[in-house]
Amino acid sequence: MIGTNKATETLLKVENLKKYFPVKKGLVIQRHVGDVKAVDGVSFEIYPGETLGMVGESGCGKSTLGRTILRLLEPTQGKVIFEGQTLNELSREEMRKIRSQMQMIFQDPFASLNPRMRVRDIIGEPILIHGVLNRVEREKRVSKLLDVVGLSTHHGERYPHEFSGGQCQRIGIARALAVNPKLIICDEPVSALDVSIQAQVINLLEDLQAEFNLTYLLIAHDVAMVKHLSNRVAVMYLGKLVELTSSEELYLNPRHPYTIALLSAILLPYPNQKKGRIILKGDAPSPVNPPSGCRFHTRCPETQDICKVMDPELIDIGNKHFVACHLTIHTYEKIKVGNSVTNHQ
Amino acid sequence: MKLSKGSQFGLLIVALMTLVAILAETIAPYDPVQVVLKDSLQGPNFKHFMGTDLLGRDILSRIIYGARASLMIGVTATSISLLLGVIVGSVSGYYGGWVDSLIMRLTDIFSAFPYFLMAIIIMTFFEPSMISVFFVLGIVGWTNYARLVRGQVILIKVSSYVEAARSIGAKDGRIIVHHVFPNILSPLIVYTTMNIAGVILAEAGLSFLGLGVQPPTPSWGVMLSEGKDFIFNAPWLIFWPGAALLFSVIGYNLLGNGLRDRLDPRSKQGGESNGSRLVNSCQRS
Amino acid sequence: MGRDLLIHVKDLRTYFYTDVGVVKAVDGVNLEIGIGETLGIVGESGSGKSITAMSMMRLIPQPPGRIEGGEVLFYGKDLLKLSEKEMMKIRGNEIAMIFQDPMTSLNPVLTVGEQMIETIVLHQKVSRSMAKRRAIEMLERVGIPEAKGRVNNYPHLFSGGMRQRVMIAMALSCNPKLLIADEPTTALDVTIQAQILDLMNNLQQELGTAIMLITHNLGVIAELCQKVLVMYAGNTVEYTDVNTLFAKPMHPYTYGMLESSPKLELRKQRLDPIEGHPPDPYRLPQGCNFAQRCRRIMPVCEREKPTLLEIEPGHFVSCFLYERVKI
Repeated sequence: MIGTNKATETLLKVENLKKYFPVKKGLVIQRHVGDVKAVDGVSFEIYPGETLGMVGESGCGKSTLGRTILRLLEPTQGKVIFEGQTLNELSREEMRKIRSQMQMIFQDPFASLNPRMRVRDIIGEPILIHGVLNRVEREKRVSKLLDVVGLSTHHGERYPHEFSGGQCQRIGIARALAVNPKLIICDEPVSALDVSIQAQVINLLEDLQAEFNLTYLLIAHDVAMVKHLSNRVAVMYLGKLVELTSSEELYLNPRHPYTIALLSAILLPYPNQKKGRIILKGDAPSPVNPPSGCRFHTRCPETQDICKVMDPELIDIGNKHFVACHLTIHTYEKIKVGNSVTNHQ
Repeated sequence: MKLSKGSQFGLLIVALMTLVAILAETIAPYDPVQVVLKDSLQGPNFKHFMGTDLLGRDILSRIIYGARASLMIGVTATSISLLLGVIVGSVSGYYGGWVDSLIMRLTDIFSAFPYFLMAIIIMTFFEPSMISVFFVLGIVGWTNYARLVRGQVILIKVSSYVEAARSIGAKDGRIIVHHVFPNILSPLIVYTTMNIAGVILAEAGLSFLGLGVQPPTPSWGVMLSEGKDFIFNAPWLIFWPGAALLFSVIGYNLLGNGLRDRLDPRSKQGGESNGSRLVNSCQRS
Repeated sequence: MGRDLLIHVKDLRTYFYTDVGVVKAVDGVNLEIGIGETLGIVGESGSGKSITAMSMMRLIPQPPGRIEGGEVLFYGKDLLKLSEKEMMKIRGNEIAMIFQDPMTSLNPVLTVGEQMIETIVLHQKVSRSMAKRRAIEMLERVGIPEAKGRVNNYPHLFSGGMRQRVMIAMALSCNPKLLIADEPTTALDVTIQAQILDLMNNLQQELGTAIMLITHNLGVIAELCQKVLVMYAGNTVEYTDVNTLFAKPMHPYTYGMLESSPKLELRKQRLDPIEGHPPDPYRLPQGCNFAQRCRRIMPVCEREKPTLLEIEPGHFVSCFLYERVKI
């Protein structure tokens, strides 16, 4: 759907991906009473060497999306195509092998490292699993990786608890890099870190991307950070994409009312910025029973009648700026009608 | 970080008991089953440090050999429980689903009976002997291990580092051996240590009731049982085995406590992490 | 200094004694809040900002913590010298506190109303029906829809943002003079954070409650505060009004913090982070705590600790760069 006309190679293509978690009730006999629609029909593409940002608030399904792409969670429906291979059709063993191409960086730097393993073994584990190097080469590579992420070789002999949060995240990054992946999914890579450390890790991610030609899917709630790191940004709300465009365009010309509210809610580090802030009413609805029509209509400042009944599709309003909103669809169609009229004349 | 004072004491007792049990032949001054009727019921003296019993057997020697019986039963029965519990618990925790439900209901049934009562009931089906005590106490004790292991496995199964291991393409076997197992080891070691104390006590109880180790084999429980009739005229008959039992149980418990603190990987280094976590936890609260 | 001081903290020191050493979590903090003012305390984890607040409320677990020295003058009377009983009268009544995670500070087995009524009855000596009316009024005020019904709900029935509203209502129910808010919006989503900050702003203007806001987020400071205190490793490094701080940060740490956060409005350019990481709290350096990360380090920084000096009127900085200028 998105960018299909573009013939340039895509690294990862996600097609109508859905992940529902069943809600069960009953102590002995469990009845299926509903689904948490964490990811509900998401499609996008990632091009080699770019960073695609995925922003949204907690519960919007962005982390589930990342895990479903990697098949750490089995999708309910839809396809994930990585370099032309449909991941969902692969056997467990084939999938296991292809994992070296796609790695992940986790949010909690402490919890994602096995406390009983030395750092050297943690970083070396992917190499060992994929059996690409012998022992001596592996040791060498681990030392190199430690150096690449800004740690020293002697750090390899220690255990994770001896490191600070920022250093642990560096270890996690080194592990992700160990088998030369093409795609790295970064799930809130800096949100658990202190401000001054965040900047260090962000810079590291940028440097590594340039050095190893990496492609990132960056999942985060911090719009300023996502905008800084990404070439394109997708905005997610209750399991669906509502807007997808380049990060410059998203900032300068946001079209979806949710994106606009999200951008205006960002607190900037300078005073007297209150003017024009859009404060959304209420909380995000539950993904078990998402609102009918457009999922945002319950909080949208510009709700129309159509929003309550019809779910807007994500369409290109020009220049690969995708928006899922009836308002923009109408304006877009008006423009189209206007154009065709002028063409006829 | 070193073991605390109390746990060092525990370790000392356990080490001493183990040493005594192993070297029983060398250090025991007399044959523990040799009847010397003319020495019957002597109080503690220079010849018999802890006195003698009705049949004139040297109590010190019997205590020393009793340590061997206690330790053997403690270790063997605990190992049987441990093995059964770890296998059943890991399967139950890792695979979940109906397997888990079935196994957990089974452990519920086992747990519904008091430990000691259960041991007595099963024991009545067997010929009382040391071997049957091994098995009965081993079988009775596995449910707690299974529950412990299951709980830990479930906790670790969803941890971020297991997810990370899956994301780098680790197989189930590797995840269990390298990521799950090392992380359940420390609670397991702690529980096992403390459990040995329980088993030693249970053995003494069974032997006291005549269901366990049979006379004349020296065991602390047997000694207590034989000594109870002379509680007023020869109190040392029950004092020494009672004290031995008390100290060994305290020893294993203290050691278990110390291991719990020591085996937490975060406290291993001491230094930075431990205290700042403390300060952090204060900050968060 | 002509204004009326509500709270004046002088040289507050709180240390933690652990089996591996002493942590000087707060080491000589001075601050003042006037009536109806808003002071922000900003710093990273471990900077001592929360411990400062806990010490002011005398909520430090002892042991391992101990308030080693200083004064916390509230209307001129030293809170550190009060008996525990007198302090109880101050807590929740004159000084109220809200925390980052409202779920852990609400009792899950009591309804929101019961918890509020309890506090109001305790401090205001009014009847329960009066207290309930007051509770509903406060809940309405913080924007809880259908407050009359929801007052009888248990905390888990509220969403994160609503829970924080309930906490605010509860904290303000006794008309405190000072509200200490410890990371009140950190656990919330951006759009919800905007709601809560908006609410706090409005309430402050309506009720005139002084607020001491603790946060790691400079954006929140810019949004809500008049004065700012920047903390680093247990010390105050800079203290001034909010406009000056953002326009003319003087301490290299403050400057570095501002520089290292991604700017939304700028074109993509490389971030300029503060290198290294905060010092080990057990082994604080002999000199300035920030010295090893500082770009403008001088020999003196490694030898001596700088003192907090008023470099410009109302702008306090603890850095040798300016001490020298002054001399």
